[in-house]
Amino acid sequence: MLKKALTVLLALVLVFALIGCGGGETPATEGEEGQAEGEALPGEGKVVTMITDTGGLGDKSFNDLAYAGLEKASEELGFELKILQSATEDDYAPNIQTALEDNPALIVCVGFMMEQATVDAAAENPDINFAIVDGVGDMDGDGQQDVDNLLGLKFKENEGSFLVGVAAGLTTETDKIGYIGGMEFPTIIVFESGFIAGVKSVNPDAEVYVEYADSFGDIAKGKEIATAQYNKGADVIYHAAGGVGLGLFQAATENDFWAIGVDADQALTSPENADNILCSMLKRVDTATYTAARSAVEGTFEGQVQTFGLAEDGIGVGDGGENLTEELNGEIEKWKAAIIEGQFTVPATREEVEAFEVPEI
Amino acid sequence: MWIVILPILASALRLATPLIFSALGGTFSERSGVVNIALEGIMVMGAFFSILFADFTGSPWIGVMAAILAGMLTALLLGVVSIHLQGNQVVMGTAINILAVGLTSYLLQIIYKRFGQTDAITNALTNNPTILAFLEKLPVVGKAFFSGLTPFVYLAFFAVGLSYYVLFRTPFGLRVRAVGEHPKAADTVGVNVYKIRYICVLISGALAGIAGASLTVGYTAIFREHMVSGKGFIALAAMVFGKWHPVGALLACLFFGLAEALSIQGSMLGIKIPTEFMHMLPYVATILALIGVVGKAVAPAADGEPYEKGEN
Repeated sequence: MLKKALTVLLALVLVFALIGCGGGETPATEGEEGQAEGEALPGEGKVVTMITDTGGLGDKSFNDLAYAGLEKASEELGFELKILQSATEDDYAPNIQTALEDNPALIVCVGFMMEQATVDAAAENPDINFAIVDGVGDMDGDGQQDVDNLLGLKFKENEGSFLVGVAAGLTTETDKIGYIGGMEFPTIIVFESGFIAGVKSVNPDAEVYVEYADSFGDIAKGKEIATAQYNKGADVIYHAAGGVGLGLFQAATENDFWAIGVDADQALTSPENADNILCSMLKRVDTATYTAARSAVEGTFEGQVQTFGLAEDGIGVGDGGENLTEELNGEIEKWKAAIIEGQFTVPATREEVEAFEVPEI
Repeated sequence: MWIVILPILASALRLATPLIFSALGGTFSERSGVVNIALEGIMVMGAFFSILFADFTGSPWIGVMAAILAGMLTALLLGVVSIHLQGNQVVMGTAINILAVGLTSYLLQIIYKRFGQTDAITNALTNNPTILAFLEKLPVVGKAFFSGLTPFVYLAFFAVGLSYYVLFRTPFGLRVRAVGEHPKAADTVGVNVYKIRYICVLISGALAGIAGASLTVGYTAIFREHMVSGKGFIALAAMVFGKWHPVGALLACLFFGLAEALSIQGSMLGIKIPTEFMHMLPYVATILALIGVVGKAVAPAADGEPYEKGEN
């Protein structure tokens, strides 16, 4: 009798577990509101699927922004938006396979870590359109995209990081500044390089502590690194580490120093910490995914690389916490104008930082 | 000099705290003969439910209680399958790990109506406890060391002492070890093998639940999917490295915590240790312990073996 009851209980638990695991896939907005009388929208009956990287939705940053852009496009165009979340790197390829089952108009893969998996899938499915956020799709390194059906969405993060570096360099009182990266990849070193160049441009005496968390999710480690940098005297810390950055914000609030957010306007997305978020380096992933979805649904999709920088309004500085002084804003605008005018090139690698000479503007 | 070393030690203790609770949990369970691969999953449950209850009741300590309960309930699942139903403990443990990730993600979406993370709580237990405030006033060590410790750091050491006492200085502890080494012999002399194993698995769940709470309510003030990021497995490694002994587990956790703290602070001190190396360390240490390089680690003889009553 007892055994039977236990078996039933166990079966229920397993069913529950399956529901829980299936939680990754969520049909989002159907886009049926706001439709003019019966007029079909171009996206009607089409599916666009977004695959998150391991940071996952709710990072209040990268993945959430990509989602916001697609959600907006879905509302306007009426396609069905599906989300598949990747818990680990091993989920990329299976998630893409799952997405393919719907024969979608576009598969948006969020994050450069997924680049290889995306290129492989694009090569196997030449009739499906793919977009990769933060990647170009040139895995063999010949300067050409490996496949024709892939749209690479790139950002000049070095330009935005430069501007928040200017803000950090002018704000610090200890002349010590921290930087926390997620993983030590060239794509993340771009943030570091632009940031250091920005700091050096306005405050040559400032020292920048550079640390990598080797994770985009371990909040505790983020807080630990931020605390360590603070203990060494840093009073402004910038992060390019996804969820790890939440630990930085927590440390900033507890010890009352400045944090700088990344990708989204994190003073708005982490309102509990807004008083300690000086500003954020905005990466308009939403602009990019919106553009990509629109082109795919309207049939103007082209496999190519699109780069979004300060000039294209794909990069910017967000100050949702209203912590930037007028003077700082003026300085940021001044450097921004100089970059857009092409007066100098912002470094994107450590070698370029070494060779960087502070321009006269 | 001390001003550099003390914060590193404080950092090491903070990083080791969740590992200590979790490794103690593993020790209890495995000493009684139930392999607990589910530590990671139980930590996820503890981390989530502590924030959930702390957020809704406004009291972080109620959050900790919730974590203990959630941990025990999750562990009960392992207990029922591996003790009563004599199922494969490793398979069930793995299933619980998957269940915990899925379930918390699912509840997160139902309760917070969004993916990925909860709201941050504002009264997390991240400061030195008030009763010990005098420690912060001590010269040198006060600010550099004690101000960086959380209540959970102290609790972890207390838990180690208590675990050692219970396992090695009480009749109950003797029974636990007997059941883990030779359940049949224990049964013959009248020890209720199932009862002992259930109690140990529940203690294990409670401790791993606290481990989860110490990560969220006791440190980050927020729960985020994947934030436990393998700490349960590192705790498991620490338990093996510590030879299934509470004090051994403590030392192993402190060692892993110190290694991570050094890798974090090292680059600022001019020592560059590759982070990949630090990530390997717990597992390399475990392998070394298992193959007997640093003194052989031998598991309780009946660890992982289901026990069937009345078997001949």
